[in-house]
Amino acid sequence: MGSMKLVINGQAYNIDASPDAILLSVLREQLDLTGSKYGCGEGQCGACTVLVDGKARRSCQTPISALSDKSITTIEGLAKGDRLHPVQQAFLDEGAMQCAYCTSGMIMSAVSLLSFKPNPSEKEIVDYMQGNICRCGAQPRIIAAIRRAAAIERSRS
Amino acid sequence: MTTEPERYELRAPASYVFESNRREFFKFLGAGVFIACAASKAGAFQESGSGRRNSEELPREIDAWLHIGEEGGITAFTGKVEVGQNIRTSLTQAVAEELKVPVNSIRLVMGDTELVPFDMGTFGSRTTPVMNLQLRRVSAAARDVLIDLAAKQWGVDRAHLTASDGQVLDPQTKRSLPYAQIVQGRQITQMLPAEDPLIPASDWKVAGQPVSKVNGRDFVTGKHRYPSDQALPGMLYGKIARPTAFNATLVSSDTQAAERLPGVIVVRDGNFVGVAAPSSALAEQALSLIHLQWKAERQPSSAELFEYLKKNQSHEDREEGPAAKKGDVQKALASAAHKVQQTYNISYIAHAPLEPRAALAEWNGDRLTVWTGTQRPFGVRGELANAFHLPEDKVRVFMPDTGAAYGGKHTGDAAIEAARLARAAKKPVKVVWTREEEFTWAYFRPAGVVEVTGAVDTEGKITAWEFHNYNSGSAGIATYYDIPNQLIEFHPVKSPLRQGSYRGLAATANHFAREVHMDELAHASGVDPLEFRVKNLKEERLRDVFVKGGEKFGWSKPRAKNHGYGVGGGYEKLGYVATFVEVAADRGTNEVKIERVLTAFDCGAIVNPDGLRNQLIGASIMGLGGALFEAVEFEDGRILNNHFASYRVPRFRDLPPMEALLLDRKDQPSVGAGEAPIVGLAPAIANAVFDAIGVRLRGMPLGPPLVSHGYHFG
Repeated sequence: MGSMKLVINGQAYNIDASPDAILLSVLREQLDLTGSKYGCGEGQCGACTVLVDGKARRSCQTPISALSDKSITTIEGLAKGDRLHPVQQAFLDEGAMQCAYCTSGMIMSAVSLLSFKPNPSEKEIVDYMQGNICRCGAQPRIIAAIRRAAAIERSRS
Repeated sequence: MTTEPERYELRAPASYVFESNRREFFKFLGAGVFIACAASKAGAFQESGSGRRNSEELPREIDAWLHIGEEGGITAFTGKVEVGQNIRTSLTQAVAEELKVPVNSIRLVMGDTELVPFDMGTFGSRTTPVMNLQLRRVSAAARDVLIDLAAKQWGVDRAHLTASDGQVLDPQTKRSLPYAQIVQGRQITQMLPAEDPLIPASDWKVAGQPVSKVNGRDFVTGKHRYPSDQALPGMLYGKIARPTAFNATLVSSDTQAAERLPGVIVVRDGNFVGVAAPSSALAEQALSLIHLQWKAERQPSSAELFEYLKKNQSHEDREEGPAAKKGDVQKALASAAHKVQQTYNISYIAHAPLEPRAALAEWNGDRLTVWTGTQRPFGVRGELANAFHLPEDKVRVFMPDTGAAYGGKHTGDAAIEAARLARAAKKPVKVVWTREEEFTWAYFRPAGVVEVTGAVDTEGKITAWEFHNYNSGSAGIATYYDIPNQLIEFHPVKSPLRQGSYRGLAATANHFAREVHMDELAHASGVDPLEFRVKNLKEERLRDVFVKGGEKFGWSKPRAKNHGYGVGGGYEKLGYVATFVEVAADRGTNEVKIERVLTAFDCGAIVNPDGLRNQLIGASIMGLGGALFEAVEFEDGRILNNHFASYRVPRFRDLPPMEALLLDRKDQPSVGAGEAPIVGLAPAIANAVFDAIGVRLRGMPLGPPLVSHGYHFG
């Protein structure tokens, strides 16, 4: 065991864990940040997706040793106070969820996509989101929500 | 028409004694108005799913209750649970409609065995036809009580008064009284018969409107706590040492190294070996240090599955005679103008809900509390009471809104495991199954072999229908086509894998075999497949979905070169469905791409069109997996494809454009929609493939995929 500093949602935490501890477990078990979900533990489903320096990363495949001097954002850190992130708002507006267990991973992936592709085509959305599983079948609405979020972000900027 | 009993969902009902709890309710909720509704006989019977034999023995149950508190807080209680079908929203709409209050003023307590009325479970698409009505009844009665009280207070005839937006109004004097004020200091209870008048669907204001997920914000912010997110102070993380094969017996165990780890508890109890530790990483480490030897008999493999199912009928489980028998099938076959005899094979598939089974268990003396994701909180309470030799009132099961189930979370496996570890550890223990465990130790949708023989006369009318289903189940086995000579029978089999409920369950297999066979008969008779169906149907609502769906789809329009159209549909869980598919084929490679899907659906008066569309498209997407590529592969008691990398589920690239045609029948009772829309898709795809390339597909899944968004057949 050792101590490591992680910056999560703008806040610095001293984590008491071994360097090969997995980010998803640290978030869920030590920091009570349970918005990132376990779906497979193998990077196959995307339910655990967080942002590391703004880019989507599967937290179940990420040892914390890879994260020193990085900025981590989880679903809990996306809204600014009461104001939802445009992607969160768009998911609500489109009703882009059923059981919603995949939702936080979908939203984090979508935020990552829009950060480098502010106006993605449907094909670009589909290709980027291919690694995120939704078993309830909300994919068409998720695509619509990402397009809507892109429009909201364009109108805000 | 009634729903077919689902044999894999059968569970004995527990009784619930309501009277003793009424007083406790006021203690818990404070004074106010409290209304309970008796389960209607029809509702209780259909809910049980246990068939005709037990219907007389069911206790008189309470279905739902509602409380309006002194602060004006409205709390409705139901034993139904939320697994993504969004009934928390549609049931809240029902209360809002009848009670005349805004949707966001209602709290719906679901699936907490200590607080809600007994419920068999959330399955069989019974929430909308039964629970929605019952909650409307208690809400309508509560509204009437409030109007009565206001009329007394004002000294006017109640007939002059109306209710709106949480108040009783007197339109003549323009006076109003908020509900909170009316119930002040009162303790009124009322027990309802099941037959109270309700607002007709044509006059609905809140119900019938699209309403988004009532607590949606909690889901997009990560705030909602699913079963796997539950935590208690001092909680340990549990892991189970699984056998090397199904039905294995533990021969020897060496757990010493694991036990030496600090803070680790090891439990061995018969074939159960598990660990609990302060972190999941430590629990995993402990598990890796445990050495177990298992013994298992040789078991059948998926390679020989369909042969096995035909040869291993279970005679103990036999049903009392065929599901349908009329006329003389043999005679009709002998004189038929066209005859087709074929076999259809259906693989086992996994539910793979994105949230695996999870439970948190805590003991307080001999009282056990469990938070878990299950479609049967009361059933799991019974399993726990059984496993730990406790009376049921010592066990409380709480079901937080869960990361899906699709029929896959009827049992309490994780709950029992967590409780067993917690008892030994004397601390709360949480068990979350790994994806591999979920793919291996949960149960599967039953595989099946279906043999069908059909005959048609020179007029294109079906004269004979013989249908034998081996193992997959009897739900949806009856044909809704008008056929004078029928023999339809379900043959139970000693299943090589643990099997149970699934979305649509056996109806998917039975519809697949029936609707592909219908296509084969149509082609044998030289009649257009859609025309052939309509010609052989009397049921008006089913004809409607076929005809209107066909019009919207453009069935009669000529196909583009190398394109094919297919249709499949039926009557399931009280809903009428017809799915139309267009595929495009590459003749050179026999690679087929699904161009578009349209599903026409009639589920009576629509409660929430937005939720309905979401369910319908969702069921279709889920159905794509079972139609195109899902199949559990197994060998000698082991699952071979127990990861998302090897068990393919539908992903973004797999999805064709999908459209829903909703037929809103305000004159018909509202029924469920989570299951029926799945049944037409696989046969519609198979039939469209035949139309395009002349290759007849008779298995689910239809064939191995070669490329993304395109499927190789033939």
